[in-house]
Amino acid sequence: MELPDSRGHFGNFGGQFVPETLMPALEELTLAYDDAKNETVFQEELQYYLRDYVGRPTPLYFAERLTRHLGGAKVYLKREDLNHTGAHKINNTMGQIILARRMGKKRVVAETGAGQHGVATATAAAMFGLECAVYMGEEDIRRQELNVYRMRLLGATVVPVTSGSKTLKDAMNEAIRDWVTNVKNTYYLLGSVGGPHPYPMMVRDFQAVIGRETREQIFMAEGRLPRCLVACVGGGSNSMGLFYPFLDDAVELLGVEAAGRGLETGEHSATLNAGRAGVLHGALSYLLQDDHGQVLTAHSIAAGLDYPGVGPEHSYLKETGRAQYTTVTDQDALDAFQLLSRLEGIIPALESAHAVAAVLKMAPAMGKEDAIVVNLSGRGDKDVPAVARVLAQENGGVR
Amino acid sequence: MDINRVEARLRKLHENGEKGLFAFITAGDPDLETTFRLVLSMEKAGVDLVELGVPFSDPMADGPVIQRASLRSLAAGINLMRIMDLVRRLRSYTEIPLLLMTYYNPVLQYGLKRFAADAAEVGVDGVIVPDLPLEESASLLQELKEDEQHLIYLVAPTTTPERLEKISRAARGFIYCVSLTGVTGMREGISPDVKEFMQRVRRHCSLPLAVGFGISNPRQAALMAEGADAVIVGSALVSLVEQFQNQPEVIYERVPGLVKELKEAIS
Ligand SMILES: Cc1ncc(COP(=O)(O)O)c(C=O)c1O
Repeated sequence: MELPDSRGHFGNFGGQFVPETLMPALEELTLAYDDAKNETVFQEELQYYLRDYVGRPTPLYFAERLTRHLGGAKVYLKREDLNHTGAHKINNTMGQIILARRMGKKRVVAETGAGQHGVATATAAAMFGLECAVYMGEEDIRRQELNVYRMRLLGATVVPVTSGSKTLKDAMNEAIRDWVTNVKNTYYLLGSVGGPHPYPMMVRDFQAVIGRETREQIFMAEGRLPRCLVACVGGGSNSMGLFYPFLDDAVELLGVEAAGRGLETGEHSATLNAGRAGVLHGALSYLLQDDHGQVLTAHSIAAGLDYPGVGPEHSYLKETGRAQYTTVTDQDALDAFQLLSRLEGIIPALESAHAVAAVLKMAPAMGKEDAIVVNLSGRGDKDVPAVARVLAQENGGVR
Repeated sequence: MDINRVEARLRKLHENGEKGLFAFITAGDPDLETTFRLVLSMEKAGVDLVELGVPFSDPMADGPVIQRASLRSLAAGINLMRIMDLVRRLRSYTEIPLLLMTYYNPVLQYGLKRFAADAAEVGVDGVIVPDLPLEESASLLQELKEDEQHLIYLVAPTTTPERLEKISRAARGFIYCVSLTGVTGMREGISPDVKEFMQRVRRHCSLPLAVGFGISNPRQAALMAEGADAVIVGSALVSLVEQFQNQPEVIYERVPGLVKELKEAIS
């Protein structure tokens, strides 16, 4: 059966847990998306921008030196870092902004963690001449100064969020409050596969271009399906986009969550590994929370993974056993960040470095005939200042 | 008790040709003793129903005043269990209608069955869940003993006529009319569209209508009361609690003081 159902449920997960004020807006959005999805004009416009503006298709690159270094499975990198603006986020942003324009909205709001979704949204808004406000936690503004400046250059208003943990979760609260207030003229451009229906479905569909291209490319390269797909999971959009076109295939799916300073320290973002079902930001899904249902503050060195929730379809994939979810610590991600830079000349986003770190652990144990595809969801330029600071503290600089 | 306290109070108000004043405060802000005394003193000052806010870490439908109250309450270690105890204690002193206003997750984690049973046992008359729209409310509704604990639905200026019909069919007690498109909090004026909005709701709903969000002074309350059966005031009261959190005696004077002015304004 096609999921989600008409009310946005993936088994027990998903749904629309939002104030009544927003329910009509979600109904309107659901209808608008259903219309657009089946319309050639919409799909062609999206194709056009993905090709000529974003730069798709992105390559599937055989990481030969990394593969040799690991001595096991062949490692392929899906190069989402080569997209315009440097991450997969823009696949979704282009789709939604074209939809927003069709719906006659003049203003878009978005939340951002690492700033990649904020930059993608500011970019698309600039290109289409829409007003754009991006909510970003103060802590993330500090960690991701480059992206903050990029958004401002692009003409967006970056609104610092000082409530709660001052990270993505709180930015999302503020974006929703803005939307509740300005719902008549404002489109909420959500950046991952979380939130109320239809967002988890719609964002997945827009990101599924990653998986569709990968399928063709791996067949070209290997003549068969890969053994395993690996992607980091923050809200879950780059992983969902890679996994979705392979759901019915005999391919292992591995999502990688941030273990932060270690699961046992409580300072992590491993929602699927250490959380339980709850409602946050409009959907029922796994959630990091205390015994009383208060949402816990997440931690990850990667701002884009630093979120206590996860998209509902991942909760469903976990519960049905179709996908597996593992974790990688800050330290292991930092090591992978440096290793990939040295071996392949590719500086990955710290988020994507989590997926690479998981591959470092598993590839050596696999056969040389096996192929792994890892989603390189973004490039690491934005992280260079923060990584430099951490490494300087730890061991006096880059090793 | 054979009839829900909310319904009994609304009926009495109607018979006397009076408008109701509903007060929202965050439970446990800054501590449970303050909440306990405020409920009793607000009742004396003329409040007809009290909504006790259950604190939540991520109150997406609330403005800064109630967000901060929620954080103060959480910092004081307040949770749903302790709020149930508070209601039990209050029930030895008062029969005022008491509703819990809570986001869905604290209720979900408490357990829907257990929540319904405890609410009935301690004397909660109903629950308002701002992030639980009609379409998602079946599981909670199933557990509540419908005549004793109402699930109060909200409608907003954006609610379509079709939704108004559906919500009205499912609703019990009263309908919570959100006067503006936005979050809770004090506003300078009142929306010029509110009159038309209330008339529209009235055409679709036969239950009493309570209007809330953005009402903070007697003048606004009087204007809002025109199209409604009750007005709901929250942030203005919570803001007094915040302002005088270190001077409890001022809180116990100013909060009932504002309540009295509001009640007079709508009488
Ligand atoms: C490069 C990159 N990868 C991954 C993520 C995590 O998001 P998601 O799990 O939705 O792909 C982010 C979020 O900001 C990101 O910037």
